Amino acid sequence: MISKSYNLCIKDIKSELRTRYAINALVMFILVAISVILFSIGNEKIQPELTAGLYWVVIFFSAMSGLSRAFVSEEEKGTTLTLHLIATPDTIFSGKLFFNLILTFFINIIITLLYAAFFEGFVVNNFILFLVTFIFGNIGLAISSTIIASIIAKAGSKGTLYPVLSFPILLPLILTCVQLTIFCFDGTSFDNALYEMAIVVSYDIIMVTISYLLFDFIWKE
Amino acid sequence: MYWKILLFVLMTFVSIAGIAFPIVEKPSVWYEFPFIPGLGENAKIIFFHVPTAWLTVIAFLMSCIYGFKYLKSKNLNDDVKAYVANQLGIIFCILATVTGAVWAKFAWGAFWSWDPRQTSIFALLLIYGAWFALRSSIESEEKRATLSSVYSIIAFVTVPFFIFIMPRIMTGLHPGSADDETSGPIVNFKMNENMLLIFFISLIAFTILYFWMWNIGYKSILLKEKIQKNF
Repeated sequence: MISKSYNLCIKDIKSELRTRYAINALVMFILVAISVILFSIGNEKIQPELTAGLYWVVIFFSAMSGLSRAFVSEEEKGTTLTLHLIATPDTIFSGKLFFNLILTFFINIIITLLYAAFFEGFVVNNFILFLVTFIFGNIGLAISSTIIASIIAKAGSKGTLYPVLSFPILLPLILTCVQLTIFCFDGTSFDNALYEMAIVVSYDIIMVTISYLLFDFIWKE
Repeated sequence: MYWKILLFVLMTFVSIAGIAFPIVEKPSVWYEFPFIPGLGENAKIIFFHVPTAWLTVIAFLMSCIYGFKYLKSKNLNDDVKAYVANQLGIIFCILATVTGAVWAKFAWGAFWSWDPRQTSIFALLLIYGAWFALRSSIESEEKRATLSSVYSIIAFVTVPFFIFIMPRIMTGLHPGSADDETSGPIVNFKMNENMLLIFFISLIAFTILYFWMWNIGYKSILLKEKIQKNF
């Protein structure tokens, strides 16, 4: 199963690299979003709290514009039935999840670098906490986005519906991650952030479990 | 029939007791409520606001259970039951939001201040909204039932974060927040026995009311479908 989902992921990456449509569009989206924020800030010095919030706003919206492609493109190209034939639902979900994880980490590393370059308030004082938040936050984001993307693909690829459905599901994760990012800027020690960290990790575990349980029903619909 | 009379008696008692019983410093007779520092007369909203918030979650649980049942049995009647549960849920969710906001105007000075509890009830409202948006976007009945069942289960597993975890660890204004020393946490119940008793009677009465409304709601939809099939 792992080798099959690995192959599926490689196939997605290859077909993505052939056109580079999603990556180009996403990088441009990030640049546009960040420049809009920078224009609106102007010469103001903004608080670290606000920087943390804006950071996760850009992460959320770039995830919303990029991560639905994994399933929507299969429906558009009409290759869903082929996937039905060659693999079990679990395998397909794993493959798509791997692909979305790679994409999420890729775009969020770009966002983080840009924020570090352009925002004065973005000074990480507790690097290990930031790294752990970043990793678990991205995993949670990828999992929830993937399962909602599969619902969207079946509901007729309604683009506007995707952020609407994902936002309430992602809200506990995003709120906690904003809090953790503020902790990173303040230089709070790891022990003091343990509660918030536990929420993020348990969110990831709950979402991955429920996604694997429910994907069967979505995929066979 | 008996439980309708019971509901009437309970609701009347709760309405009268909740509004009319006085709040005093040291309660000596059974119909007096204790004075809770920081809340005072405002404390009485607990008899009406908390049950609506409670029913919001109960409605969620019901739609999750019937979604699960639908996925197992593929019986469209279960989908109708989940639909009615959510219809009532969104009404109670709006009621909880509005009563909470009005109360907050008097207790905290502003209708809305993004307290963790307000954030969570707002997120629940968003989930309900998203659920109905998803349903309205799908034409085929079976597909709609399956996808909305799946979504209500996914949404339900995030509800504990909103209702139980975030308000308890984040600092906020709502009674029962992490840093609340005067009146909370609510789980410790700084109310006296009479207040507690009326609070629980109110919860029970509102729950019976919910199930009654839900029963009428889904039966009327099923009957309507039956009539449409016959013609």
